[in-house]
Amino acid sequence: MPIQEIDLPHRITYLSILDREGQVDEALDPRLSEELLLKLYRAMVLARRFDERMLILQRQGKIGTFAPVKGQEAQIGAAAALEPNDWITPSFRETPVEMWRGKPMENILLYFSGYNEGGDMPEGLNLLPVSVPVGSQMSHAVGIAFGLRYRGQKSVAATFFGDGATSQGDFHEAMNFASVYQLPVVFICQNNHWAISLPRSRQTNSATLAQKAIAYDMQGIQVDGNDILAVYSAVKEAAERGRAGGGPTLIEMVTYRLSMHTTADDPKKYRSEQEVAEWESRDPITRFEKYLTQRGMLDEQKIRSITQEIKAEISLAEQRWEEIAAKRIDPLDMFEHAYAEITPTLHDQREMLRKELEEKK
Amino acid sequence: MPKMNMVQALNMALRQEMEKDDRVILLGEDIGVDGGVFRVTDGLLDKFGPQRVLDTPLAESTIAGCSIGMAVYGLRPVCEMQFSGFSYYAFHQMEAHASRIRSRSRGRYGVPMVLRAPYGGGVRALEHHSESREVYWAHTPGLKMVIPSTPRLARALLVSAIRDPDPVIFYEPKAIYRAFREEVPEEEETFPIGKSRVAREGGNITLISYGASLMPTLEAASELSEKDGVECEVIDLLSLSPLDDKLFVESVKKTGRAVVVHEAHATYGAGAEIIARIVEKALLYLEAPVRRTTGFDVVIPLYQREQDYLPGVARIKRAVLETLAF
Repeated sequence: MPIQEIDLPHRITYLSILDREGQVDEALDPRLSEELLLKLYRAMVLARRFDERMLILQRQGKIGTFAPVKGQEAQIGAAAALEPNDWITPSFRETPVEMWRGKPMENILLYFSGYNEGGDMPEGLNLLPVSVPVGSQMSHAVGIAFGLRYRGQKSVAATFFGDGATSQGDFHEAMNFASVYQLPVVFICQNNHWAISLPRSRQTNSATLAQKAIAYDMQGIQVDGNDILAVYSAVKEAAERGRAGGGPTLIEMVTYRLSMHTTADDPKKYRSEQEVAEWESRDPITRFEKYLTQRGMLDEQKIRSITQEIKAEISLAEQRWEEIAAKRIDPLDMFEHAYAEITPTLHDQREMLRKELEEKK
Repeated sequence: MPKMNMVQALNMALRQEMEKDDRVILLGEDIGVDGGVFRVTDGLLDKFGPQRVLDTPLAESTIAGCSIGMAVYGLRPVCEMQFSGFSYYAFHQMEAHASRIRSRSRGRYGVPMVLRAPYGGGVRALEHHSESREVYWAHTPGLKMVIPSTPRLARALLVSAIRDPDPVIFYEPKAIYRAFREEVPEEEETFPIGKSRVAREGGNITLISYGASLMPTLEAASELSEKDGVECEVIDLLSLSPLDDKLFVESVKKTGRAVVVHEAHATYGAGAEIIARIVEKALLYLEAPVRRTTGFDVVIPLYQREQDYLPGVARIKRAVLETLAF
């Protein structure tokens, strides 16, 4: 037979567990403990309030440009499905994931207010710093996954990126490497529909981003990215597969950037308010709140007390940020981490700046 | 003549060249509907349509590679890298092909393309949005590398870059984008690539700079004149490659002293080449060692420390006074 169909081993499925009314699909419910459910809810609300607070601070000129995450808080489900020994290489819109992992809010504030000290990382988070050039962090997860397997660890490396990143060669190269070496990598694409002004439909002519897994004979799945239970389940399954030697997975989280690309961007220039309103009705926090309320785990009073706690937590972080910022303004710090050991030329340059600063006093 | 900032002047250059020459095609991320993140291409999609203003997928390497193909075919692509810090994905295409196709094909094919990119610090931006790494390009044979310093020159240089038969890297100092306005004539104006200009005349010492660093350099020159009675001659390089060494060498022969100012790192920076040319061509005229006032050899720090990194007015004045006192 000169022409015949080629059977490919993978098909792309779509997973949704919690609908926008907060109704759960019983058969698919990952049945998380009440403690974890509440923890997830709290983390989502904290991420939303912190994001709102950062926007205010940015508009007041107290912090610089940053990338808001409003609407994409269900990413916390991905972080929660990973084990602490699993590694994460984020892009720049994973602040909620970083916070879940233990990056202090004051460090995030320091970073966005222009202090390199914001890069200080507590020990053992297994979390790489924010990667700004789009698509450049995925191959790092491939290398980490290689290291994990080489050392016989039962851990995986997860990498986060947006829909725009799937156009970069690095995305395809990283997927290909991970599949060739059958490495435990979880590729998590936050398809938030807009890469600055370019809609998802013009980023790629493919119907889904998840289907790009098929080209690499890799498991690919599309999930409702505003459904934290679906995100949790998909990442959990992918991580377990990776741990068991089943290779990499591509997960496309279908979500939406409710806010701007960064605070320097004006989305009104390229998208309709109507589209934004439609996605607001699919808010990941609202539906989760409905679900927990229907289960009797939340009521108005409980929500109020969580809100109060979060408010206090954020203002405490702001306080610590201001204290650290007030103390740490030594410009000579810029020479500190250039190399493990300062070079002779940098030593001279540092002395030159030191002299200059002393004269300024 | 209408007064324009650099963004408007660049927009005008693109618009006029597109009107005159249907081979001119723009491509890049967010350059169409959004008009570019700095609005340099604002309104051009409406005017010329999606066949000539391409909002591309997010893929710098292919933006450059595709431009090379267009140029070889006979079009005049002008591609935009959203920030120079994201242009390194495109570096491979520019180094491996744009810069070599002419010599590889022994002149059969040329690559008349322009790669535009905002560069430089001082705008309180995030990592990768503040650097000044022009010498990566200027070091590459086959590429031309220009950096304008005023709206009028930006417009004229961009027109020349578009018409140039070879690939031109066009760095735009974003600290100057909206810093000041200047009269820009509606009539056609070009500025030859490979030529520098005297931005200020003076006989005591020569200051050589370009791009965003020209502003503090001129400010230092004017303060030195008012407060110290020192007259600086300021050379605005405009082209890093080809480098116009005649103008600054002649100036140094006259003044006997020189300071090079750039915000790029010191080591192997443009200053190294400029000083080498001075040593080669005017050593016996020198009355003092030639100084560099540059950024340090570290990743440019986030914005709280950025001003301590950048060569500001005080640092430039100090270098000038020390050179004069030698």
